[in-house]
Amino acid sequence: MAQALADHYVRPHGEDEAELDLIVDGMHCAGCMNKIEKGLGALDGITYVRANLSTKRVAVRWQRRAHIPPITEKLSELGFEAVPYDPQIMGALDEEQGRDLLRATGVAGFAAANVMLLSVSVWSGLVSDMEVETRALFHWISALIALPAVAYAGQPFFKSAFKALRAGHTNMDVPISLAVILSAGMSLVQTITHAEHAYFDASVSLLFFLLIGRYLDVKARSKACSVAQNLLALRAVAANVIMPDGTISAVPVDRLDPGMKISVASGMRLPADGVVLEGVSDIDKSLVTGETVPETAAPGTKVFAGTMNLGAALTVRVTARNDETLLAEIVRLMEAAEQGRAGYVRLADRVSRYYAPAVHALAAATLLLWLALGAGWQTGLINAVAVLIITCPCALALAVPIVQVVATGRLLQRGILVKSSDGLEKLADIDTVFFDKTGTLTEGKPELCNREEILDADLSLAGALAARSKHPLSEAMTRAAAGMPLAEISDLQEHPGLGLSATWRGQEIRLGKKAFALEGLAEAENAQPAHSTNASEFWLSGHGAPCRFLFTDRLRPDAEAIVHALQARGLPVKLLSGDREEIVAATAKRLAITDWQGECTPQQKIAALKAAEADGKRVLMIGDGLNDAPCLKAAYVSMSPASAADISQTAADFIFQGQKLAPVLEAVRIARISRRLVLQNFGLSFAYNAVAIPLAVMGFVTPLIAAVAMSASSLSVIGNALRLNLTRFQER
Amino acid sequence: MEALLFLIPIALGLGLLGLVAFLWSLKTGQYDDLDGAAERILFEDDNEEAPEEPKEK
Repeated sequence: MAQALADHYVRPHGEDEAELDLIVDGMHCAGCMNKIEKGLGALDGITYVRANLSTKRVAVRWQRRAHIPPITEKLSELGFEAVPYDPQIMGALDEEQGRDLLRATGVAGFAAANVMLLSVSVWSGLVSDMEVETRALFHWISALIALPAVAYAGQPFFKSAFKALRAGHTNMDVPISLAVILSAGMSLVQTITHAEHAYFDASVSLLFFLLIGRYLDVKARSKACSVAQNLLALRAVAANVIMPDGTISAVPVDRLDPGMKISVASGMRLPADGVVLEGVSDIDKSLVTGETVPETAAPGTKVFAGTMNLGAALTVRVTARNDETLLAEIVRLMEAAEQGRAGYVRLADRVSRYYAPAVHALAAATLLLWLALGAGWQTGLINAVAVLIITCPCALALAVPIVQVVATGRLLQRGILVKSSDGLEKLADIDTVFFDKTGTLTEGKPELCNREEILDADLSLAGALAARSKHPLSEAMTRAAAGMPLAEISDLQEHPGLGLSATWRGQEIRLGKKAFALEGLAEAENAQPAHSTNASEFWLSGHGAPCRFLFTDRLRPDAEAIVHALQARGLPVKLLSGDREEIVAATAKRLAITDWQGECTPQQKIAALKAAEADGKRVLMIGDGLNDAPCLKAAYVSMSPASAADISQTAADFIFQGQKLAPVLEAVRIARISRRLVLQNFGLSFAYNAVAIPLAVMGFVTPLIAAVAMSASSLSVIGNALRLNLTRFQER
Repeated sequence: MEALLFLIPIALGLGLLGLVAFLWSLKTGQYDDLDGAAERILFEDDNEEAPEEPKEK
C-alpha cells in the first residue's frame, strides 16, 4: 500500500501497534470470513485480525515498528477487493449513538423488571394484608432503583426535549420527559408521605419501551447507511499523482491540490476537475451530464471529476476547486437546494405540536376542576399528574419508529437503502415523479441497434477489432458479437479519440468514427446516413463496402412496465435529461411519457423542479448523474441507483441496487403501506387515551391501571407495525 | 416478613448481576457483529486449512 494512503487511514493503537479498517467487497459467508482472518493472520507482524460480517469490514492491527504488511495485496491474492476506511469520517457517530442507547435500554430494563417485581407485590398487598411499613419499605427500594435509572436512561429524551424547548417549540420528547420526571417526582413525594400509590414502575417501564423503539430506529438507519458508505468507499479512494521527481504516488482524493499533475489510466474515473496536459482519449460524461456519446479529450481540454477515461492514459493538471468548475457549481446549487428543504416537519412532530399543549392544558384543567370541587390542592395535584402520566405518548412515540424499522428492513431485503430518516414519510406523499434518462431509465450502456442491417462477416470482423478496447461502443460491439467466431487480425492499434485499426488478409481495416474510418475513401462523400439518426455510430472500412453500426442506450429491462405502473397509480412521470433533444424525445416516445425536456443544464433541472413545486406538487426525483445531484437535494424526496455518481448517492434519500427499476415501485408501495400503518397506530393510541383520560381526570387511575393500559397500548402499536411483514413482496 | 430481608437483596443482586453481564458484553463489542457471531462458532480453532472449499452462499 502506498505510503500517502497509509498515512491517511492508519491509526496508532496502544503503545506500539498500528490499526487500519478495511471495507472488503465480496465477504458474504463464514468461509470468506475464515479465509480472510487466517490469510491476513499469517502475514508477518500482524497481531490482530477481526472480520465483521454485518458491516463487511475488517479491522487489522500490526506492530508499528515493522513496515506495513502487504494487506491489500494479500486480500486480492485471496480474491477480495479491499479499500481502507476511515471510521472518523463516516458513520462512527451512529455506532456510538447505538451503543449509548443500548446501554440505557439495559439499565432501564433492569430497573423496570425489579421495580415491577416490587410493584406487583404492593398491588396484590393492597387487596390482602400488607402492612403500611412493608409497603413503605417496598416504595423506598423502588425509589432507590428507579430514580438513578430514570436520571441515567432518560437522558436521550431529556436532552432532546430541552433542545426543542430552548429553540422555542415542542416535540414528542417534551411530554415524554415531563411524564417520566413527574411520575418519578410525585412517587417520591408519595413515598415520603407513606401514601398508597407510587408510579415508579410506570416511569421506568415507559423509558424501557421507548428506548427499545429508539434503538431499533437508529440501528436500522445506521445499517442502511453503512451499506451505502461501503458502496461509496469502494469507488476511487486514491488518485495517482505524478510527483515533481517523476514518481507516481497514490494520494486520497480529498488531499488533491490545484496544480498537481495526476495520471488517469484507461477505465478510471477522473478524481478531480482539471485540464488535459498530455494524451488523447475519449471521455464518458454520462454520469456528469447525462450525455451518452463520449467526447474526445486532447491537451487543453477541460475535464470534470466523475467522468470516465475510456481510451489511452491521460495526464491531467488539477484546477482550483473554487474555480468556475462544474463540480463547484454543482456543490453551490446543492447547498442552495438544501436550505430550501429544511422546512419539513416530521409527522410525529407535527402531531406532537398539538398533542403536547393539549395534554398540558388538560392537566391544568384537571387541577382547577378538583380545586373548584373543593378538594385539597394535594388531591388536585395528584390527579393532574396522573393525567400527564397516562397521556405520556408512549404508543404515539413508538407509532412511527416501529413502522420505520420494519419498513426499512423490508426494503433492505429488496436492495433499497433508506438513507434519510424522513424519506419514507415523504415518499408516501409524492404525486409526481421526475426521471433522469441516462443511467436511470437506461442502463447507461450503449447497445447495437441495427443488427439486422449488418452482415455476419462484418460483425465478426468488427468484433475482433473491438475485443480489446474499453470504449463503451467497442464493448457493446463485443457483446453483440459474442458467440460468433471472430476474424483473425493482426497489428491491432488503438487511435485515441478516433478508433481502431488492424490488418486483415493483408489489408488495413479501420473501425471508429466516420471521419477516421472513411478517411480518403470515395464513399465518404456518398455514404450519407439513410435516415436522421439519434444514436452514436461506428464505421467499419477496408474490407469491402463501408458498414455502419448504430448504437443506442438500452433501457433498463423493466423501465416501460414501471413507468406505466407509476402512471397507473396516478403519478405523472416527467423526463428531464441532459442528453440531446432527439434522443430524449425517442426515449420518451418509447416509454409513453408525454412530458419531457432535453439538453437540461443542472440549473434548468432545478427550475423545472421549482416550477412543479410552485404548482403544489410533491416530486420524487430519480437520477444518477452529477448534474442530477442538486435536483436530488432540492426535490421533496429523491432516489438514485447504486451505480450513480458519489455526490448523487450522498444527496439522495434512497439508493436502489440492481439492474431493474422495480425497487422504485416497491419503495413507493411500502412507503404508502407504512403511512397507513402509522396513521392506524396514531388512531390506536388516541383511542386508548380517549378511554384513559376521563378516568385520570376523575381520579380513578391507580398505578396498576396505568401500567396495564400503557403496556397494552404499546404492544398493540408494535403488533400493528409488524403486520407490514405479512404483506407479500410484489414480484415483477 | 424476616424472609424479605434476604430475599429482596438476593433478587436485586441477581438482577444487578444480569445488568453487569450485559454492560460487559456490550463493552467487549459482542453486539457489533451479530451475523458473524452466528457463523464463528462453526470455525475450527486450529490454524490448519479447512479440508473442503467454503461454500458460497
